Amino acid sequence: MVWEVVIGLEIHTQLATESKIFSGASTRYGAPPNSQACLVDLGYPGVLPVLNEKAVEMAIKFGLATGCEIAQRSVFARKNYFYPDLPKGYQISQYELPIVHGGHLDIVLESGDVKTIGITRAHLEEDAGKSLHEDFDNQSGIDLNRAGTPLLEIVSEPDLRSAAEAGVYMRKVHSLVRYLGISDGNMQEGSFRCDANVSVRQKGEPKLGTRTELKNLNSFRFVEKAIEIEIERQIDVIEDGGKIVQETRLYDSDKNETRSMRGKEEANDYRYFPDPDLLPVVVSDKAIEKLRSDLPELPDAKRSRFESDFGLSSYDAGVLTAQLDTANYFEATVAAAGDAPPKLIANWVQGELAAALNQDNLDITDAKIPAAELALLTDRIQDGTLSGKLAKEVFEAIWDGEDSVDAVIEARGLKQISDSGAIEKLVSDVLEQNPEQVQQFKDGNEKVIGFFVGRVMQASQGKANPKQVNQILREKLNE
Amino acid sequence: MSLDREDIDKLCVLARLKITDEEMADVGSKLSDIVELVDELQAVDTASVIPMAHPLDREQRLRPDAVTETDDHERIQKNAPQVEKALYLVPKVIE
Repeated sequence: MVWEVVIGLEIHTQLATESKIFSGASTRYGAPPNSQACLVDLGYPGVLPVLNEKAVEMAIKFGLATGCEIAQRSVFARKNYFYPDLPKGYQISQYELPIVHGGHLDIVLESGDVKTIGITRAHLEEDAGKSLHEDFDNQSGIDLNRAGTPLLEIVSEPDLRSAAEAGVYMRKVHSLVRYLGISDGNMQEGSFRCDANVSVRQKGEPKLGTRTELKNLNSFRFVEKAIEIEIERQIDVIEDGGKIVQETRLYDSDKNETRSMRGKEEANDYRYFPDPDLLPVVVSDKAIEKLRSDLPELPDAKRSRFESDFGLSSYDAGVLTAQLDTANYFEATVAAAGDAPPKLIANWVQGELAAALNQDNLDITDAKIPAAELALLTDRIQDGTLSGKLAKEVFEAIWDGEDSVDAVIEARGLKQISDSGAIEKLVSDVLEQNPEQVQQFKDGNEKVIGFFVGRVMQASQGKANPKQVNQILREKLNE
Repeated sequence: MSLDREDIDKLCVLARLKITDEEMADVGSKLSDIVELVDELQAVDTASVIPMAHPLDREQRLRPDAVTETDDHERIQKNAPQVEKALYLVPKVIE
């Protein structure tokens, strides 16, 4: 039986405002418990929520960047449920009239094909607080600092067909909100979280299968793994003659399994109704056009520009533009470089630099080599001062705290030997010491050239320009 | 449409309300009256009417994104039955 997988994602992204969506309390992460939860956040009698202008603008920016229709009139609704981290007994969200709807986002699949994923809607809502279960016997501690933090919930159409596609889509949304500057996207701090609706059906069947909802997937890897394991589970259930139950399931990353939350979330009936504390939000065409004209260059446009302006492959351009900070670093390096071609710089950013960042677990904004120094390093490769191998040594030296490319080259005597006289001397010595191999070459064994190159490089302690060595060797051998 | 006992029991669970057997008949008939009023409204053709989100014919005013509140948890937490390490304590919530 051939199964088709159908996935839709709901991504909650925390908007990067200074203050909360309905109050003037700070949204700063990591503050002492309850120091940033004011009377509005706590739902005290007599308070009124007042909507944060920035949160509205950020939601509209996302809508504009994904081709959504921006609602000229949108409405906040109360989503009613009881939980200790929800002080009011309802969450202020949007239901029937979200701020933006009906957009799309293109993703590039592993095959290189582009697929368009529909964005059903994105709506504004407030976050809840946090429950801490560890420190108290038979009690939970509640920190309401996060209560009232603005969220944009981005709901996709069920257009995703595999765990890998879901991962690519989630990364793309993450990249986009960072480009737009509307979220820091910090997953460790919970600024970017995801729920997945997953179902399977027989290939060719037009009707959707019964779906389950996977909750709180807070890393790209967990999203992919949780969906994969859930697909396997659903297929097993159906092939064994069973039926899928529509329910919420929790992913356990330690056991790599999904578990039913049934029984713990009683009737899923939120009894939404328009929040009488908030009036309809009206956005003028003029305000929308102003936001549209202020949009920064977005990932897809930057990718095309990197291909056309820098002559990069679609793959390289994709990697370099996936994160705004990487793209900025690359462009700063290209701008600072003299003769080094962008392709060479792209290789270094994706190669040595990415590896070093990965090893030290650093963001590119904290790279221990400034863009200007990487520019100089690639220039020194381009002008023949450094071989690729020596350049790596210089890179490491700077990474480990040494000053500048030229200072390292000077101090360590790493300068590549490109003086043809010096190389000729080295080549002559090697040929003299190895008459047997010279004879082999003259007898037609081309391969021994590699042996000679190796010996000359060894004699020069790796500093001879390999291209020149090769050339001079051939000249001398053919004399 | 009138509400039966099962509907009311479900509403009680959702609203965290406890209604005694003696109260049930009275509550049931009053709630049913409200729902019947809604039935009457639904019979009206409203296809050309924009749903009203708020009785006031006004727009939401927006607030500049600025932090205006300061930490006041010590005073606020005097209202809480139990507080420890600045956290509100509640009966254990198990995920």
